[in-house]
Amino acid sequence: MKYYTYFPGCSSSEGGSKAYGLSAQAVSRVLDMKLIELDDWNCCGSTPYSSVDELSSFCLSARNLSLAEKHGLDLVTPCSSCYVMLNRTNSILKDYPRVKANVDEALAAGGLEYHRTVKTRHLLDVIVNDIGYDAIRAKVKRNLEGLKVACYYGCQIVRPRLGFDHPEYPESLDRLVASLGAEPVPFPLKSRCCGGSIIISEEAVALDLIRMLLNSALSNGAECLVTVCPLCQTNLDAYQSRVNRKFKTSFNLPVLFFTQLMGIAFGLDDKHLGLEMSIVPVKGVLAKSP
Amino acid sequence: MGNRRRASSFIDEISAIPGGEGIRLCIQCGTCTASCPNAERMEHTPSELIAMARAEMREEVLSSNAMWYCLSCYLCTVRCPRGIKQTDLMHALESLAVREGLSHSRSRTPVMYQCFNDFVYGLGSLAEVGFMSWFYLLTNPLRALRMLPVALNLLRHGRLSVRARRLTPEGTSQLRAILDKAESLGGAL
Repeated sequence: MKYYTYFPGCSSSEGGSKAYGLSAQAVSRVLDMKLIELDDWNCCGSTPYSSVDELSSFCLSARNLSLAEKHGLDLVTPCSSCYVMLNRTNSILKDYPRVKANVDEALAAGGLEYHRTVKTRHLLDVIVNDIGYDAIRAKVKRNLEGLKVACYYGCQIVRPRLGFDHPEYPESLDRLVASLGAEPVPFPLKSRCCGGSIIISEEAVALDLIRMLLNSALSNGAECLVTVCPLCQTNLDAYQSRVNRKFKTSFNLPVLFFTQLMGIAFGLDDKHLGLEMSIVPVKGVLAKSP
Repeated sequence: MGNRRRASSFIDEISAIPGGEGIRLCIQCGTCTASCPNAERMEHTPSELIAMARAEMREEVLSSNAMWYCLSCYLCTVRCPRGIKQTDLMHALESLAVREGLSHSRSRTPVMYQCFNDFVYGLGSLAEVGFMSWFYLLTNPLRALRMLPVALNLLRHGRLSVRARRLTPEGTSQLRAILDKAESLGGAL
């Protein structure tokens, strides 16, 4: 059994991407991983905080890191934005003593200290590198052969250079999907941006980007996409009908969290994977895997 | 703002921000602009913005809409041949613009960020429904109506919970004390 401190982030805990958190836990049980949720964690602040109030953004992450430090385990998150924020805070505290002094002073106001010993990791990194493709393959119960999958990484799981995969041409998710028996299709836009939170403030900008991604996936023969980020999933899934309306297209591409596809391959019950929470129905994907 | 002093020049001011120091290294090759998914929507491209900053065009830079169209995708950052952290630089300019009140004209993004941050500050956790409703109310309530189909779809699939996750009372006051202290220290700038 491998143990980790788990940081779900707002979306994957009780927010719009509950299905990600559910399926992450379900798949971890199969893989003999224990994701122990960090007690009383707070929001990472994401892009909005880091864009306009950097010190507070570092402090939001530093509180989580400080709480995690007491457990002495790697801190794992399924969310790409939380991943960037936690990592960025660690590296800023290392490189900028001036910032660290301020963060230390702020933490002290809450009775906390942080000594920079927590390693922060994305769930995909942990699954492919600590568990490994062979162990994953060994758990597959359902045949996904012939299912064509576009593996979508988005930005913040690989950029800025975070170390576990290539910043522009990542492959770990493709290899994972292949080890499940499905077929990753070429997907040139796999690490391009979905628009992120700008979908809320400047919808037209994000819809353009989402359309390009869906188009690239479809034209490469994909029958579904898999994602590693709550916001990417929401943009591609919940806004797919908006794209269709705006551009007179007829995309009908299911968008799964990678943990959901793993759960399907492992033969887990749908209700443990939150499949019913997908807006574009995933039935077509399931029909291919008797 | 706290104990922060205005640096002698705009370039010094930017260089003093974590990630901003690389601005002196720019060779104007345009790689950042060519990599940016949103450059065409910006009043000034990322490389132009750097050139303007180095020409001390402080007000023009800080009132540009450019940084508000940055998606934080970090493609420019990993491609820059001079190792400039362009995304961090954009964030630095956003922070400065907010502090100077120069940012609220041609993009709804600053208001969106502020709504998000207010909710996180208040609850310690992001309440998606509350945050989005508040944002639409502040900017354009009619857009909220247009977004209703998306919201109803999410609701139908169990993805909109009105009740937000809360920290423990101790956690809430601890976080509040930390953030208030950070605010009194005048930011990371």
